[in-house]
This record gives sequence, C-alpha cells and structure tokens, in this order.
Amino acid sequence: MSRVWGVLAWFSGLLFFAPVAWMVLTSLHSEPDAATNPPSLAAPLTLDGYREFFGSGPWPPLLNSLSASVGSTVLVLLLAVPAAYALSVKKVEKWSDVLFFFLSTKMLPVVAGLLPIYLVAQYAGLLDNISFLVVLYTSMNLPIAVWLMRSFLAEVPGEILEAAALDGAGLPTILRRVVAPVALPGIAATSLICFIFSWNELLFARVLTGVVAGTAPVYLTGFVTSQGLFLAKVCAAATVVSLPVLVAGFAAQDKLVQGLSLGAVK
Amino acid sequence: MTAAARWARRAPLLPALVFTILVTQLPFAATLVISLMRWNSLDPADRGFAGADNYVAVFTDPDLRSAVGTTVVLTAVVVLVSLLLGLGLALLLDRRFAGRGVVRTMLIAPFLVVPVAAALLWKHALYNPEYGLFNGALTWLFGEGAPQPEWISEMPLTAVEASLVWQWTPFMMLILLAGLQSRPQDAVEAARVDGATPWQVFRHLTLPHLRQYLELGALLGSIYVVQNFDAVFTITSGGLGTANLPYAVYQTFYQAHDYGRASAAGVVVVLGSIVIATFALRVVSSLLREEGRTGVRA
Repeated sequence: MSRVWGVLAWFSGLLFFAPVAWMVLTSLHSEPDAATNPPSLAAPLTLDGYREFFGSGPWPPLLNSLSASVGSTVLVLLLAVPAAYALSVKKVEKWSDVLFFFLSTKMLPVVAGLLPIYLVAQYAGLLDNISFLVVLYTSMNLPIAVWLMRSFLAEVPGEILEAAALDGAGLPTILRRVVAPVALPGIAATSLICFIFSWNELLFARVLTGVVAGTAPVYLTGFVTSQGLFLAKVCAAATVVSLPVLVAGFAAQDKLVQGLSLGAVK
Repeated sequence: MTAAARWARRAPLLPALVFTILVTQLPFAATLVISLMRWNSLDPADRGFAGADNYVAVFTDPDLRSAVGTTVVLTAVVVLVSLLLGLGLALLLDRRFAGRGVVRTMLIAPFLVVPVAAALLWKHALYNPEYGLFNGALTWLFGEGAPQPEWISEMPLTAVEASLVWQWTPFMMLILLAGLQSRPQDAVEAARVDGATPWQVFRHLTLPHLRQYLELGALLGSIYVVQNFDAVFTITSGGLGTANLPYAVYQTFYQAHDYGRASAAGVVVVLGSIVIATFALRVVSSLLREEGRTGVRA
C-alpha cells in the first residue's frame, strides 16, 4: 500500500515539474525543432536559443533588475531591522497594533496607489528611473521584512539580555554578542525573500519604467505576442530570468516557506 | 518610563513607520480624492469634482463590472483548487518513500519560476495549438486525428486559472506540510492504538490541527492572487473576459487615460481586499495569541 502512495507522489512531482523541464528542454532546441507537433524529445541540443537571447541585448534589463532588487533589499534591511528590534526585543507600547499596521499595508493592493505614484514620478521627473523603483520595492517588501525580522528577533532570549545588561555590557556588545547570532540567519532569509519579490515584480516596472530602466520582467513582456519562430528564444529568456530565483529558492527551501508565511510556519 | 526613554525606545521604529505611511498610505489617500474627480488626461480642461460618478461607472460599465466578477471567480478558484491539491500533495509527502527529497524539490519548482516567465511558458510552450506541449501530448496519446483544442481562446479564464494553480499549489503544499510535520505524534499513535481508521485520524486529529495552516494558506494566497496582473496580462492580455480588476485599472489608466475612473476601480479593489483582510487579521491574531500563550513564536 505504501508503495502506491510513493508512486503517486513521484507521479505528481513529475507532473508539476514537467513544464519547467519542458521550458529548459525547449530552450536547448533549435527554433524549427522547438516548434513541431508532436514535440520532438530527441532533437539535437543546441545553445542557439541562448545565443539569440543574449544577442538581443538583455543585459541592461538584467542589470536593472539586479540593481533594483539589491538596492531595495539593502534599504529594506536598514529600515526593518531596527523596527523589528523595537517590536520584539525592546518592545514599544502597543507593539502588536504597530505590527498589524505594517501587515495591513500589504493588503492594500498595488493598483490602489499606482496612479498617484505615477503622477508623482511624472511631476518629479522620476519616470524610467531605477532609484524610484527601489523606493517602491522597499515599500512593497518592508511590511514582510518587519514581520519576518520580528519573528526571528523574538527568539532572542530575554533573560540573557537582562543578564548581559546587569553585567554592564553596553548596547553595542549586547547587539554583537546576543542579538546578532540569532538575527543573522533571519536577515539572510529576509533578504532572500525581498530579493525574489523585487526580481519578480512587473506592474510597477511596466508602468513606471521604459527604455532606460526597464527590468527583466518588463523585457520578457516583449515576448507576449511573439510567434513560434522564437519559441526556443522565449524559453531561454524565461529560463535565464528565472534562474536566480530557482537557485536561491532551492538552496533555501525551508527559510523560504517560513518567510513567505510571514514567519508563522517553522 | 520617562517620556525621553519612551522616545528612545520608539526611535528605531520611526524610520520604517514614516516611510511606510508616506509611500503606501499617502498614494491611497490621493487615489481616494482622484476617484471623486472628473479627470481624463486626454481632456485636461474638463477637470472637476464628479461626486460618485466614477463609482457608478465602475458598477455600470460592463467591462469594469465583469472585471469585479472575474476577480472574485479567479481568486476563489485559484485559492481553493491550489489549497486542495496542496493538501493532497502535503499528505503524500508526509509519508516516507524513496526519493522524497527529490519529489519535494520538483514540486517546489513551479513556485520559483518568475511569474511573467511562467505565464509566457504556459502561453507559448504549453497552450499553443500548433506546437504546444498539451496538443503534442494529445497527438502522442491519440495519434494524428487527436483533438487539438485552442486552449486560450476556447477556455480563456480556465487557462489563466490553471497556470496560477500550477504556481500556487507548491506554496500551499509547503505551508500544509509544515503543519503536518508539527502535528503531535503521540495523539495520532494513541488514536491508532484505540483502533481509529486512517480516515478518522485525518478527520478528527489532522484536519483540526491543519485548520490554522489552511487559513493561513488561503489568506496569503488570496492577498497575492486577488492582485494578479502578470498572468492575465501575459496569457490573454485581459481579453476574452479574463480582465480582472488590477488589469482593468491598469488599462483604464494606462490606455484610456481616465484617471478618475481608474482610481474608483482601484478603491473597489481595496474594498474587496478589506473583506479578505478582516478574515486575515483574525487568523493572524490567533497566531499571535498562540505565541503569547505558549511562549513559542508565531
């Protein structure tokens, strides 16, 4: 009986994985081989799709995505870590109300502020500008980061903090010796999640950037109406753009779930 | 505590709080104001107070009204189906079998493909009627005369939903798997010893324990799926009755340049989200209460 369940699990795993495998396989076929019916599994492999993709100038969008994602992740951490400290270690009054406020902003759909943000960008000459995207991505990820960092910092044992303070340890020492060891894995997980969300973001980037600051997802939208002649190239593009997230996600599966469920699931 | 000490304690919190209010709350307040205005950027001279006109338009304009319905259906279907599939997969993965780690990793992959890339993959490599994998698989199975449906034009909303279910099922599975693995094993053992059937164990022990995790998955899934833009934009470009509110807002403002109406539609999205959020906050506060009670973190 248990063998049946194992087979079923394998079958489901392969079924869900098949589109991803298909994307990679198609990206390694020549364009004529990629677009046949029925699909040719045994067609010779080639890197032409990738050559085509990298020849079509994807570096600026990829680098834009990289700087927007890294920039906003750094800014998020600078804001979220102290805030989480004030919400868990040295708690401010009404800390849970403040925490809920942060979460509630996450339930405010992006489209609800899109137009004023667009108008501000237009008025301030910030359209098609990566720095403006960095600010927006920071606001998008800050609530999640505050929640996550708080749940990590909540693991700092209070008694040790008090004992250290009684022993006359100053704040820098306490932060370095007691808080940092608990916080660092949390900071790594939080950074990963913020990076992924920024890397994936399309709506803001689509509306607010264009020629100069377009990100990788915006670049991918150029393929929305493309026809079958470019199937291998489309698949190569989708693979390359997804690769950082796939690698990071596989490497940190557990942290990822915990983070995406706002620290609620260990 | 003195006032100075209280402010010292608040200081680390303030930058994040001020930033969040400035970048999320102010734009929404502005959206509210614009939603009450007559404002089309193609006709800048005719700008003024419009009262509830834009809201009336949102609910009487057949396109926007259908976008409201589409959003509800899309969100409900994607969240429920991926939650059920995720539950099934989590139950399978909770058992021991050879290669469990590999299967788990394969199952996570859909969630890790960049959303636009995933949508392109479905549109071009899977759904395409001439060379997509789906019709190719039908040809493999049934030979030359196999039916070759035009997936996207024949069942546009289902096509969008299927791609989203594929992306979100792994997420639900991971949350529910974590729930299953945190289940106290001694109660299950005791029930088995007392002769409970697997179904009874599931119905009376596992499911109640999973309830919180199911709610959490539904909540987080809803927050993201209700806002979905990438799949609708990429797979159907909002055509064939698949435009949801985020897409409709995007189009009203980006293509029709009707700022007032777009803002009103945006406010309607927010109202819908408040319904979800009310439910959501209850779930999350129960998690926090649990933390207070047992001393472990939520």
